[in-house]
Amino acid sequence: MEVTAYRCNGALNVELCGELDHHAAACARRELDAAIAADTNCDVILNMSRVTFMDSSGLGVLLGRYKRVAANGGKMYIYGASRTVDKLLRMSGIYSLIERIG
Amino acid sequence: MNRNEMTCVFTSKSQNESLARMVAAAFVAQLNPTIEELADVRTAVSEAVTNSIVHGYGDREGVIELRFLSEGDILRIQIRDYGVGIEDVELAKQPFYTSKDTLERSGMGFAVMEAFMDTLEVESTVGEGTTVAMTKRIGADDE
Repeated sequence: MEVTAYRCNGALNVELCGELDHHAAACARRELDAAIAADTNCDVILNMSRVTFMDSSGLGVLLGRYKRVAANGGKMYIYGASRTVDKLLRMSGIYSLIERIG
Repeated sequence: MNRNEMTCVFTSKSQNESLARMVAAAFVAQLNPTIEELADVRTAVSEAVTNSIVHGYGDREGVIELRFLSEGDILRIQIRDYGVGIEDVELAKQPFYTSKDTLERSGMGFAVMEAFMDTLEVESTVGEGTTVAMTKRIGADDE
């Protein structure tokens, strides 16, 4: 899983690329935490358009990151999920925590 | 009735989660699934295999048996491990419950399997292992 992060309009934009399963989780967690730690006190926007697969292990990663961002007083947003990834996100109720913006 | 079967045995390494999904997709392809059905099956298999790796075996390495059967348009999948087993299956199946709190697990594995497949059965014996059996009707859109 590749993670690309850049600052834009005062928010941290994070692009995830690849499969977000248990195997990729450790690396994804590390990269996401590094990106968030480098840029505290701001909102995070997750771009899921290049995530080709996700299961509940991936949900765990997103939830963990949400807790960190929320603890820093920031909000988290998510967009670009494919139909199948969106199905999982919707089913989990995570959209009540991380706002879906596209 | 058109019947087919395949068994795949692999080591409980996390790198094989992707392999298990690929194998599942390859078998299901024969049933002419919709894109959504294919994704549902891949995700459910991923959940069950991950459970065997993370919970069944933990830090140990063991064997996972992945068995596929198709009878007509019904797909049956069985994932079996010889790991620690589940003491309370009903508790384990509760959404958001996880026994591995420190690992940032969402506790949604069984919930996903139940949502994405038609049926889910879990049999487990502590100290001996766990078998997860799921079924799904594939190609439900076919007329």
